[in-house]
Amino acid sequence: MDWSFIQKFAPYYVLAAQVTVSISFWGIVLSLVIGLVCSMITELKVPVARQVVAAYIELSRGTPLLVQLFFLYFGFPKLGITLSAETCAIVGLAFLGGSYMSEAFRGGIEAVGPTQTESCRVLGMTWGQTMRHVVIPQALSTALPGVVANVIFLVKESSVVSGIALADLMYLTKDLIGLYYNTTESLLMLVVAYTLILLPISIVGTILERRFDYARR
Amino acid sequence: MQGASNILLEGNNLSRLFAGLGVSIQIALVSVLLSIPLGILVGVFMTSRSRVVRFILRFYLDFIRIMPQLVLLYIVFFGTAAWFGVSFDGYTSSIVVFTLWGAAEMGDLVRGALESIPRMQYDSAYVLGFDRRQTFTCIILPQAVRRLLPPAVNLITRMVKTTSLCMLIGVVELIRVGAQIIDLNRFAHPDGALWIYGAIFFMYFFVCFPLSLLSRYLEKRASK
Repeated sequence: MDWSFIQKFAPYYVLAAQVTVSISFWGIVLSLVIGLVCSMITELKVPVARQVVAAYIELSRGTPLLVQLFFLYFGFPKLGITLSAETCAIVGLAFLGGSYMSEAFRGGIEAVGPTQTESCRVLGMTWGQTMRHVVIPQALSTALPGVVANVIFLVKESSVVSGIALADLMYLTKDLIGLYYNTTESLLMLVVAYTLILLPISIVGTILERRFDYARR
Repeated sequence: MQGASNILLEGNNLSRLFAGLGVSIQIALVSVLLSIPLGILVGVFMTSRSRVVRFILRFYLDFIRIMPQLVLLYIVFFGTAAWFGVSFDGYTSSIVVFTLWGAAEMGDLVRGALESIPRMQYDSAYVLGFDRRQTFTCIILPQAVRRLLPPAVNLITRMVKTTSLCMLIGVVELIRVGAQIIDLNRFAHPDGALWIYGAIFFMYFFVCFPLSLLSRYLEKRASK
């Protein structure tokens, strides 16, 4: 183990980790928005839009992120739409994550069940009130474990953005191995970096799940 | 679109793409077939009474789960050469990683399925004169497998999708073949990337979609 190598290149890993984190962050934020919209459309049974959402979910879940990214990055310019690698990565991650988030939210909403919404209607609550006070608090708590799992999944999936030449953790590691042959040190820093990113998310997720566990209490 | 004929229909491009898809499916299939028996073994040991065994397997599972698959591929592809002097090619590395990953995930599924079977079943079997092995193979395992099937099919779908990463460690599979075709026809078909990557997108979809339908069907049947 060559500690001077680690000392020298650790700052580069911090920079690369920032790329991984920022792309994952924006991808996750967008996929939460897409997921919320899609699950609402499915829940409200909006005609036409509902079928579009269903097709989108199947397409996005049935294809690998790398292919989605290549299509965006190499294919789209031929249609006259040129996106930067960062934009491609975020859009790709959001396209993939949106369907996963939507499924998590839908599971949460469905778990509340029609008895409760019907009871609310009997009590004279409007649709908005029912959603705000009864359905959403319970749905969120049921959906939370799925959402946390998806967040971790998306951070992990972001590792493939090195395929479109974004200088994330994977890209740096491959570069260092190719340049200096310090395989052990580079791989160690890679594993440590991903652990430092993912372990806190997983721990905070578990705490949140316990804190907001009121659907089952 | 430019060009008189479509890049997909020219020469043997389409059959080359299908051969590439074959390699992707082959990696997924071999890994799944290897990880089913290994996964059952891991799962059985996960319910072991020994704390040490449980701890080691827990660590193995958590490490595999928290690391992106691409990191695992890098560790096996670059690491084995540096540490043990054996140089696996991309194809072998992929199968090693996917099998390790599959065995871990499958092991956890087996553990969950085994633990979901009530204590009563074991006791009744013993009362009826089954010994420990007979109880396990004739009573517990068949029930566990039924609960296992839908998530196992899901795992296969995920594996097929994850084979896309193999191109990043130099395996010539579907995407790499696609990239080769695009590069070869750079001047004759400048818009090749759109068509080829579009075709690959749908090829993956038409493999994964039936699998996801199958898993949903099995799930519905299991919950009855």
